[in-house]
Amino acid sequence: MFATIKYYLKSFLLLELLKGMSVTGRYFFSKKITVQYPEEKTPISPRFRGLHALRRYPNGEERCIGCKLCEAVCPALAITIESEERDDGTRRTTKYEIDLFKCIYCGFCEEACPVDAVVETNIFEYHFENRGENIMTKEKLLEFGDTYESQLAADRSADAPYR
Amino acid sequence: MTDIVTNLWLSLPDGIQFTSYTLLKVFIILVPLFIVVAYYTLAERKVIGYMQNRIGPNRVGPKGLFQPFADMFKLMFKEIIIPTKSNRYLFIVAPILTFAPSMAAWAVMPFTDTLVFADINAGLLYILAMTSLGVYGVIIAGWASNSKYALLGAMRSAAQIVAYEIAMGFSLVGVLMAAGSLNLGDIVNSQAGGIYHWFILPLFPLFMVYLISGVAETNRAPFDVAEGESEIVAGFHVEYSGMTFAVFFLAEYANMILIAMLASLMFFGGWLSPLPSLMGDNIVWLFLKTGFFMLLFLWFRATFPRYRYDQIMRLGWKVLIPVTIVWLVVEGFLVYFKVGPWFN
Repeated sequence: MFATIKYYLKSFLLLELLKGMSVTGRYFFSKKITVQYPEEKTPISPRFRGLHALRRYPNGEERCIGCKLCEAVCPALAITIESEERDDGTRRTTKYEIDLFKCIYCGFCEEACPVDAVVETNIFEYHFENRGENIMTKEKLLEFGDTYESQLAADRSADAPYR
Repeated sequence: MTDIVTNLWLSLPDGIQFTSYTLLKVFIILVPLFIVVAYYTLAERKVIGYMQNRIGPNRVGPKGLFQPFADMFKLMFKEIIIPTKSNRYLFIVAPILTFAPSMAAWAVMPFTDTLVFADINAGLLYILAMTSLGVYGVIIAGWASNSKYALLGAMRSAAQIVAYEIAMGFSLVGVLMAAGSLNLGDIVNSQAGGIYHWFILPLFPLFMVYLISGVAETNRAPFDVAEGESEIVAGFHVEYSGMTFAVFFLAEYANMILIAMLASLMFFGGWLSPLPSLMGDNIVWLFLKTGFFMLLFLWFRATFPRYRYDQIMRLGWKVLIPVTIVWLVVEGFLVYFKVGPWFN
């Protein structure tokens, strides 16, 4: 009896509806945390895995020795390498290509590299306009490495204590 | 220069003078209405966004203020796709049938004591008639589309509007008993004398019924099963695109504004000031009150989940109609014994 009266009182006074509206009303005035993307960006981790690059030693010599460990570890078979011996007796690649359509950005190539040659930068805003641009050639990779060397070195030294 | 214009105007035949004067008045009501509808859609996206911890559209123009125009141009240039096996004639006529009554209802709307386009004695009856006519457009749209979703949406919408029209009509009967007139201007004027004279106090249950059935009449959340995007895609207007869709949209929002303004006219004293000794009666009061109810529509949509179909029917027939009838009896006694400042 008492429960029935309570039930009718509760439903006819629309208490639960008002409660719900007070929640949404509160949220109307709450601080908005949306990040306005092109103008604002969230911080990027030094471990971020974006576009690839090939690094050089400070004396300008390319690091990659053509060991093909990255090619072997790549789960998506995205890396193709051909190498030969140079005149000074060291081994260097003649062809180093990464197919970005196949690449799954797992970072295994970077992990496998014994000389820290192939790395992944924090560039994630890119697009292709023509067929074939998805193939990153050795020239393009080295150019990326030269352009972003300071960023790459900083990221690696920031992450070094945790490795 | 002005002489030439006035002479030219006076030399026109009476018929043309009258017609162009009337047309001008129609434009003075409808053009601001369209602008309010356009910005109401933006306000809806903004308000609901804020209530969901988002910020809503803010890319087109400063703070997203040109968004309605971007939407409008997009819809105007989109192709109107007519389904192959639809009834072409009815398919095109349906949006117009929904749109025309929702605009026509504004003819009797009083904005102040003197500012009213058609001051007819059966104003309230006229508005009820016009808002009910809108459902024909919905049904015809659902049928002419030759789509099962559209037909389902139309059937739901028809059943829902029939159910809630009765509750709404009964709650307005209460207003008639209190005001003793069907003329909207007279209804407002009989609430004169400050906030204690408004009909909201003696007719509060009827106001709640009116508000709920008003939301249901306009097919808005939480009563939007007619559109029910999660189950029947978009209901009666699934097959509509471009300008035909925009016309449905326009009619729906014009109806929402109409319901909001009627609520403030009939229960909240329209343009009358709440404290007449401090502030005078002004059209601004009407707009403030209407704006509040328009905000309520958005607030409801941001808060409440959609009703199940059988729950809508139960609420309409088994709760709202009995409540109105009981309160009409109570109000009959109040009127008979001339209770309070309202029923003298």
